[in-house]
Amino acid sequence: MKNRRNTPKRGNKKNEKEKNPKSKEYLFDKPGNVKILFRSFYSALLVLLAIEFFVNKHPHFAWEEWPEFYAVYGFVACVVLVLVSKYILRPLVKRREDYYD
Amino acid sequence: MINPVPPAAIFIIAALFVPLFKGRWKNAFMLLIPVVGLINLISIPEGTHWVVRFLDYDLVFGRMDRLSIIFGYIFHIISFIAILYALHVKDDIQHVAGLVYAGSALGVVFSGELFSFFVFWEMLTISSIFLIWARRTRAAMGAGFRYLLVHAAGGLCLLAGIVLYVNQTGSIEFGYIGLSGLGSYLIFFGFGVNCAWPFLHPWLTDAYPEATVTGTIFLSAFTTKCAVYALARAFPGTEALIWIGAAMAGFPIFYAVIENDLRRVLAYSLINQVGFMVCGIGIGTHLAINGAVAHAFNDILFKALLFMSMGAVLYRTGKINGTALGGLYKTMPLTCLFCIVGAASISAFPLFSGFVSKSMVMSAAGEGHMRVVWFILLFASAGVFHHAGIKIPFFAFFSHDSGMRPKEAPLHMLLAMGIAAFLCIFIGSFPGPLYSLLPYPVDYAPYTIPHIVGQTQLLFFSALAFTLLMLAGIYPGEQRCVNIDADWFYRKGSRLFYLIMDKGLNSLNKVSDHIFVGGLAGFLGYISKRGPEILTLGALTPLWGITGAKGKELKDKIETTRTALHTHTSPIGISAALATVFLVVIFILR
Repeated sequence: MKNRRNTPKRGNKKNEKEKNPKSKEYLFDKPGNVKILFRSFYSALLVLLAIEFFVNKHPHFAWEEWPEFYAVYGFVACVVLVLVSKYILRPLVKRREDYYD
Repeated sequence: MINPVPPAAIFIIAALFVPLFKGRWKNAFMLLIPVVGLINLISIPEGTHWVVRFLDYDLVFGRMDRLSIIFGYIFHIISFIAILYALHVKDDIQHVAGLVYAGSALGVVFSGELFSFFVFWEMLTISSIFLIWARRTRAAMGAGFRYLLVHAAGGLCLLAGIVLYVNQTGSIEFGYIGLSGLGSYLIFFGFGVNCAWPFLHPWLTDAYPEATVTGTIFLSAFTTKCAVYALARAFPGTEALIWIGAAMAGFPIFYAVIENDLRRVLAYSLINQVGFMVCGIGIGTHLAINGAVAHAFNDILFKALLFMSMGAVLYRTGKINGTALGGLYKTMPLTCLFCIVGAASISAFPLFSGFVSKSMVMSAAGEGHMRVVWFILLFASAGVFHHAGIKIPFFAFFSHDSGMRPKEAPLHMLLAMGIAAFLCIFIGSFPGPLYSLLPYPVDYAPYTIPHIVGQTQLLFFSALAFTLLMLAGIYPGEQRCVNIDADWFYRKGSRLFYLIMDKGLNSLNKVSDHIFVGGLAGFLGYISKRGPEILTLGALTPLWGITGAKGKELKDKIETTRTALHTHTSPIGISAALATVFLVVIFILR
C-alpha cells in the first residue's frame, strides 16, 4: 500500500536523483519521507472512514448498509488470511527445497 | 483489397518464416504479424466463414460472433505486447513457439465445430511446452514434462468426450453443450484441466514460474483464457461452475501469501482471477457473462504486465525469490512504476482496469442473492490485493535493501510494459470502448459513489492489515522452501506407482524367468536331447532281455546304441524301430 499512494511523487523525486548519480541516498532512505508516507496513509484511512456517512447506499445485501462494513471486512479478512496461511497452511505444506529431487 | 484469411493462419504460417530473417528485419517482421492480424480481424464481418467439407462433416474455421471476436482482439493485442517484450531473445524456437501458440489460441476461439477446435486445443499444449523447455534448466525440463502429461491426459479426456458427444447428437457443431450425459461431463472436465480448476491446477503453478522470462507472458495469456472462452461457449449458467469458480478465487491466495518465488505468487493469483471468470460463467446472466469476458480481457493485460515486471527483475538480477530481492526501486524506477500499475489493476482500484470488470461479476452474484459466493469473492478481492497488489511490488522493489543495483529494464521491455500499463489505466478510466465489445448489451455503471467508497475502504484497510502485521513481525517471512500442492499426488504418487511397478512387475519377471528360462527350457532341452535314447532303450532293453542278452553283453549293447544315437549313426534297423515306435505313439495319441 505504502508503495502505491505516493507513486507519482516518488517518480518525480527519482528523476531528480537520477540527474545526480553520485548521490547514493534514495527516496525511502530518508526516515522523514517514510514518516510522511505513513502519516498520509493513516489520514487517508480516517478520511475513508468519515466519508462513508455522507454516501447514499443502494446495496444488494442488508449488511452492506452496516457502518464501515467494507473497512472492517477488508481488515479482518486479511488478518485471517495471513494467520491461517502462516499458522495452519505453512506447517502443513512446507517442505525442504529439495523435497522433490 | 485482399480477402481476409482465418486469423490463426496468419500467425502459424508467419511463424515458420521467422527463422529466415535476421536482426532488425526479424524484429520488424515479428511485430508486423499481430498488426496485420488485427487489420485482417477487423475486416472480417460477423458470421460464419471458411467452411471446409471434410469427410461427412463441415469444418468451420471462422465463426465470428461477439463472444469470439473480443477474445480475438485481446489475443492480438497481447501477442504484440509479448513479442515486443521478447525482442532481445535470440532463440528462434521461442519466437516460433510463441507465435504458433498465439495462432492456436485464435484457432480455438474461432473454431465453429469440435473437430478443428480439438486440433487447435492440442496445438496450444504442444507449442507452449517449448516456451517452458526453452529455459533449459533441469527444473524447467521436469516441469515441462509434468505439464505435458497433465495436458495430454486432459486432452484425451476431452477427445473421449467429443467422440461420445458427437456420437450422441450426430453433429460436430461447437455451441451450447450443458451437462447431460457422459460425453458432456468428459468435455467439461477436459476444459477444467486447462482452466486450472482446484486439484487440476498444479500444472500452472508448477510450470509457469519455470518458463523463460518472455515465455511466461505468452503462457499467462492464452491457455486459461481459451478454457474460459470454451466454458462461456459451452457451459454458461452451469451451477457447478459457480462453486468451482469460488473455490478457485479463494484457495490460491493462502498459498500466495507463503510462496517465496514471486512469479509463482503471480501464478497463484492467475488462478484466483480465473476463478472470478469461471464464477461469472456459472452464474450465467448477461451481466455475469459480460463480467467474465471483460475480466478475461483485463486480466490478460494486467497479469501480463505483472509477469513482465517480474520478468524484467529476473532478467536483470537473475533472481526471483522474495528472500533475494528488495530495494530495486532505486535503479529500476520505471519497472517499479509499471508493476504498481499492474498491481493496482489486479486489485481493482478505482481508475484501474480490474475495477470495471471484477465488480460486474460481484454485482451479478449480488443480484442473484448468492450470499456465500459473494462473501468468498469479496474475501478473494481483499486477498488478491494482499498478495499480488502489495506483496509483489513490496518484496521486489522495496522491503529490505538487497544491495543490488541492476540497470533499468531494456527499452523494448519498458515499451511493452508501458503499452500494457496505458491500456490498464485507459480501460479503467474509460470502460465504454471495452463494454461496447462485450457479448451482450451492457447496462452497468461501475463508477457509483458507494461502489468507489466501498472498494477503496476494502483495499485500504486490507493494506492497513498488511502494514500492521509487517510492523508487528507477524507477517510470514519469506522462506526458502517448497510448498506442496495437489501436484504431490503425481510427483510423489509417481514414485509409489514406480514402486508398485518395480515390485509387482519385476517379481513377476523373476518368477517367469525361474519357471520358463531356468526350468522349462532346460527340461525341454533335456527331453529333445535324451528323448530318442530313452524311448529306444526303453523299447529295446526288454527285447534284448527276452533274446537272452545278459550282464556285460547287455551293457555293451546299451552303450553301443547310446553312442550311435548321440552321434546320429544308428543302424537302419534301430532307426526303423524308432520310427515305428514314433508312429505307434502318434497313433495312440490320436
